[in-house]
Amino acid sequence: MPSRPMISYAHVSKRFGPLVAVDDVSLDVAEGEFLAIVGGSGSGKTTLLRLANRLIEASSGTIMVEGQDVQDIDPVALRRRIGYVFQSGGLFPHLSVADNIGITPKLLGEPDAAIAARVDELIDLVRLDRAAHRDRLPEALSGGQRQRVGVARALAAGPRIVLMDEPFGALDPLTRDALGEDFRDLHRRLGLTTMMITHDMTEAILLADRVAVMRGGKLLAQGTPAELSGSGEAYVLELLGTPRRQVERLNTLLPQSGAA
Amino acid sequence: MSLLSDPRWGEALSHLPDYLGNHVRVSLAALALGLAVSLPLAILTRNRPAPRGILLALASIVQTVPGLALLALFYPLLLAAASVTLTWFGVAFSAFGFLPAMLALALYSMLPVLRNGITGLNGIDPALIEAAKGVGMTPRQSLVMVELPLALPVMMAGIRTAAVWVIGTATLSTPIGQTSLGNYIFAGLQTQNWVFVLFGCFASALLALAVDQLLGLIENGLRRRSRLRAGLGAAGIAALVAATLVPSMGRSSQGYVVGAKTFAEQYVLSALLRDRLQAAGLSATARSGLGSSVIFGALKAGDIDLYVDYSGTLWANQLHRTDIKPRAEIVTELKAALATDNITLLGELGFENAYALVMPRKRAEALGIRTIADLAAHAPTMSIAGDYEFFSRPEWAALQKSYGLQFRAQRQMQPDFMYAAVASGEVDVIAGYTSDGLIAKYDLVALDDPRHAIPPYDAVLLLAPKRAGDERLQAALKPLLGRIDVTTMREANLRAAGNDANSSPDAVAKWLWEKVGGR
Repeated sequence: MPSRPMISYAHVSKRFGPLVAVDDVSLDVAEGEFLAIVGGSGSGKTTLLRLANRLIEASSGTIMVEGQDVQDIDPVALRRRIGYVFQSGGLFPHLSVADNIGITPKLLGEPDAAIAARVDELIDLVRLDRAAHRDRLPEALSGGQRQRVGVARALAAGPRIVLMDEPFGALDPLTRDALGEDFRDLHRRLGLTTMMITHDMTEAILLADRVAVMRGGKLLAQGTPAELSGSGEAYVLELLGTPRRQVERLNTLLPQSGAA
Repeated sequence: MSLLSDPRWGEALSHLPDYLGNHVRVSLAALALGLAVSLPLAILTRNRPAPRGILLALASIVQTVPGLALLALFYPLLLAAASVTLTWFGVAFSAFGFLPAMLALALYSMLPVLRNGITGLNGIDPALIEAAKGVGMTPRQSLVMVELPLALPVMMAGIRTAAVWVIGTATLSTPIGQTSLGNYIFAGLQTQNWVFVLFGCFASALLALAVDQLLGLIENGLRRRSRLRAGLGAAGIAALVAATLVPSMGRSSQGYVVGAKTFAEQYVLSALLRDRLQAAGLSATARSGLGSSVIFGALKAGDIDLYVDYSGTLWANQLHRTDIKPRAEIVTELKAALATDNITLLGELGFENAYALVMPRKRAEALGIRTIADLAAHAPTMSIAGDYEFFSRPEWAALQKSYGLQFRAQRQMQPDFMYAAVASGEVDVIAGYTSDGLIAKYDLVALDDPRHAIPPYDAVLLLAPKRAGDERLQAALKPLLGRIDVTTMREANLRAAGNDANSSPDAVAKWLWEKVGGR
């Protein structure tokens, strides 16, 4: 690690009654890194993500954000400085696109004019149309447009860390691909540190610098895609097998794509 | 005469500003109080299933209490509370009219507001509440910025239901002294003035419909997030409230208040008293349809200034006496006893309106019944009907005790319907009133009471403590004392029981005044 990690989990566990959702996980996310957490449903990946901004409180272990123990930070203040993109958007249906995007700066008490300027900037950044979308209600947008608003909202208060909870899961493949690429680009340009949850190993490999694999609350493996291929865990190899088989099959079915 | 050209419509219309204004005022206050209590409760209990369940159960129980009973319960409750505050803090408040009506109606409005409030708040997608937390809202900000706006349409629907219920139920607040559109209905029912009944029904239904539609517009606007619709609805409500309240504001100086109980004779007498005071240059209004137990308390507390009661009623209900004395002695004793409460018994009007057991003349002759003692032998095979209070009055207990009366069945009836019921044989005997003109009309006979179980019932004028030394008032009333004999009163009552333009209490009161020597 070149510098101190932006997010650091040390022996973190979370129990819901008898259920151990996260079991003794230690994991660091470096500054500027894009980490994908891959796992099936019930693997504890969402719980792990929510522990970082205290939407869920850990039962044991320590979580540090930018070098500070999260227990020492007021949870509301913590959430305002960490961007969060919800599954299928989580947009407020009674607020316009602009009001949804500007919500965190508004909570932080920024002046209206500054918020309005920031909202315009973000609408451009996530490649929406100011004139067409700014004053719409979320229900008038497509799924992809809604998720772009969700990303813009997460970025509105200028966070250094962004947490994403299966952000592209419910989108059609084309939209999903375009949005993933766009976000990857934003992540690099803005120098963000990103933790993204996905159940799709292909998406994880294509977008993330490093991939962490969870199963039954335990962290099975973590590393670059290349490092993961050397893992001795059968489940990890099985997960990696899927994109491999897809590539092979695509190469036979679509030979011209290999030539392009 | 056609129904539409009936002059009673005009008379009804002349009361509209007063009745409607008071109706809107008490409904609005009740709704505001109900909302101020239930909305915070709905918010506080939204995430607490146990208190929420208890609260909803309590509100549901309140809802099962009939509106009239709930209103009636608040009068003695507040009367007791007022006497407590008087002894402890030296301040009393009026347990009459507005306050009990408002409190009972507010309680009545709580269930729909609570239920819809809780449903609305609990129905919000949990992912949105999570999102509110995730973007950095405090629980309070989440409530104000996300949960309440999203629950608002459902809450509004509850408020709408509550408003319609309150407006409808407010018509029942007349007997506890709150003027409302119910005054038309109660007065109309007692004096068989169906024009009044219809007018009252239409007026309150129209009011409820208008409020429902306007609140519906607001609800619709909130649902569709249309500021225009919500704004129009709100402006409509504001205009409606202003239009109904402003005309009644100007008339709020009421001067003397004449009380009346719930039967036709009382309506006529209160109109007569009001006219006499107005003729003497005093400003006066009639407050009619008051319950028999409410009215004495209201006089004692000064909520009304004067009314006509009956010596036997006061003897039994206020002095709790069971012995019977001659007419004059009872009035003298009453006068002295009431004076200790600072209530003035100004004098007798001249006629007596006693309870009497009444049955068809022909049937009585056929069975050889002349007195209540004769009746006792036949009673076990007969049914008896009385007004709403008769069977719980001491006179009934005394009758049963003196004559060993035991009827096969007893029924309660609207006083004006009793006479027709006994004439048609639907019941065998009724507890009627001796001053009622219907006794003659239906060829009925009042049975003698040889054992004097029923005390005399001289009509007497009572004045509130605060009017004890009011000489202008007493001078205006003196000409009526001893002037109304029972024949005249019977005729007046018979007129009031008719269903035509000359049968309104106001018209009968004018006739009565001319008859007893006025001009």
